[in-house]
This record gives sequence, structure tokens and C-alpha cells, in this order.
Amino acid sequence: MDPIAASAGRQDENILIEKAKKGDFEAYGQLVERYERKIYRLARNITQSNEDAEDVLQDAFLKAYEHLDGFQGQARFYTWLVRIAVNESLMKLRKRKSDRSVSLDENIETDEEPIAREIAVWDNPEKQYSRAEMKQVLDEAITSLKPIFRVVFILRDVEELSTEETAETLGLSIAAVKSRLLRARLQLREKLTRTFKRKGDQILGYV
Amino acid sequence: MVTCKDFLREISEFLDDRADPQLQSELKAHITQCPNCWVILDTTLKTIQVYKGMEPQELPEGVHGQLMKALEKRCAAKTKKAQPPPTAQK
Repeated sequence: MDPIAASAGRQDENILIEKAKKGDFEAYGQLVERYERKIYRLARNITQSNEDAEDVLQDAFLKAYEHLDGFQGQARFYTWLVRIAVNESLMKLRKRKSDRSVSLDENIETDEEPIAREIAVWDNPEKQYSRAEMKQVLDEAITSLKPIFRVVFILRDVEELSTEETAETLGLSIAAVKSRLLRARLQLREKLTRTFKRKGDQILGYV
Repeated sequence: MVTCKDFLREISEFLDDRADPQLQSELKAHITQCPNCWVILDTTLKTIQVYKGMEPQELPEGVHGQLMKALEKRCAAKTKKAQPPPTAQK
């Protein structure tokens, strides 16, 4: 988006927020319509469940509405909303007691060297795969990541939060965010390369 | 001299342009000489791009309506709470 359009969009958003703070339900409805699909995608990506994502969507917008007076406008509204939705999503994950891999506090900062096994070029998978097939490939790859990697990747590379915002949202150190992002990016690269590489294009492999 | 292992360790910082300038230029020099690392860099960048380009999902049917209904209810409760209690008539 060009800077002028972005600035106009933000001004328009600030007006909607001010109106909503004064109890204008329609104005809040417009904010909901603007972001509900992105928040649903975020929640679905983290929880990997349609049902949980629907709950998170509702809870996040209700909570944001309740605390709208506390929104000071220093951060972007969307970033503020993302923080609420991430917390709600993590609560859902933690509630799944059978899933022991959901602790974000887990110490995974090991000395283990990152590795790359699949070394092959690929181009424009969008041209070879239908939208539904692409979605399935991307979903499967991201689902295979541990939540501690998945959440960091989603916030940094899909939602485009800064390293600092991601660290603050997740209560992690900057070093932990960087380390997890590196591992998440490389693991996803590995999986997508396995799917998208052209046959016979493998170079050497294993760095 | 930057090795392939160093490059892999720093690839994320390199992509985000957050490595220190000296290291950044050494990493840049490395990929001009190492086809493997160039491919890893290229496919990591493409991996990020395909996820970034993911369309936000359509909401399942009825979810938007349910959300708006819940919000309307909460909004009404909030407005009611904000109103001062009626004064007792003498």
C-alpha cells in the first residue's frame, strides 16, 4: 500500500475507533469487517482448529470492545488486536492438556546447528498448484512445526510484526524470537522444497 | 571467511537486513561464490513470500452473524451499565 493511502486508511481507522469508544456500534462493526478474516486466519494458523479459531475470533473482538477505552493509539489497532487474539489462541492451545508441546516457555535455545538437507530450486508454485492445493501444502507444512516455532513465524512473517513486537506479545526475549524464527523458516523451507522442487533439480544437498 | 554453516546460522538476520554491516557484506560475498547457499537463500525467501501471500480465509458460514450478535449484546450491556441509575421519584 502506498504511504498516502496507508495514512488515509489509518486516519479513517482512528475516526472509527473514536466513534466506537463513544458507543457507536456501527463503527465497531466496520472495524470488525475490516479485520475478522485476518484474525480468523491468525487464530486458525495457531490453533490448527476451525472450532477454536471461531471461539478466538469472537472472544478477541469482544475483549477488544470491552477494553477499547484502554487503546491509546500509539500502536496500530490491528497490532493491538493481534496481541489479544494471540493470547486467546495460546490459551486454547494450553487448554489441550494432551498436547504437551504447547509451552512457549520451553527452553529450545540449544546449540544445535541449523541444517539444510533439501537444496533444489523452485519457482512460482502458484502456477502449478490450484489455490486449494497450495493452501493444503502450506497448512500441512505449518502444522508440522512445533507451536513454539509456528507462533513466532506467523507473527513475524505472516502478520508482519517486528521482532520487538513479537517478543513483547509472546513474553520472549529478542534472542529467543530470532532463534525460533530461524528454525521455523528453515524447517518450512525444507518442507516446501521437498514438495515444490522440480524433478532432477537437486544440487548437492546437506549444508 | 564466512562458511556455509555461518551463512545458515545468519540467514534469517541476513534476510531481515539485521546483521551488522561488515557481516552483511561478507554474507553477500559468500552467496556469489556458493551456489548451495544461494539456493537456500532463494528458497527461504520464496517460503516467506508464499506464506505472506496467503489470502485471509473466508469465514465459515454464519460466523460473522454470530460474532455481530454477541457484540451487539455486549454493546447493549455496556451502554446500560454506563447509564446512571434512575433517581427514585418522590
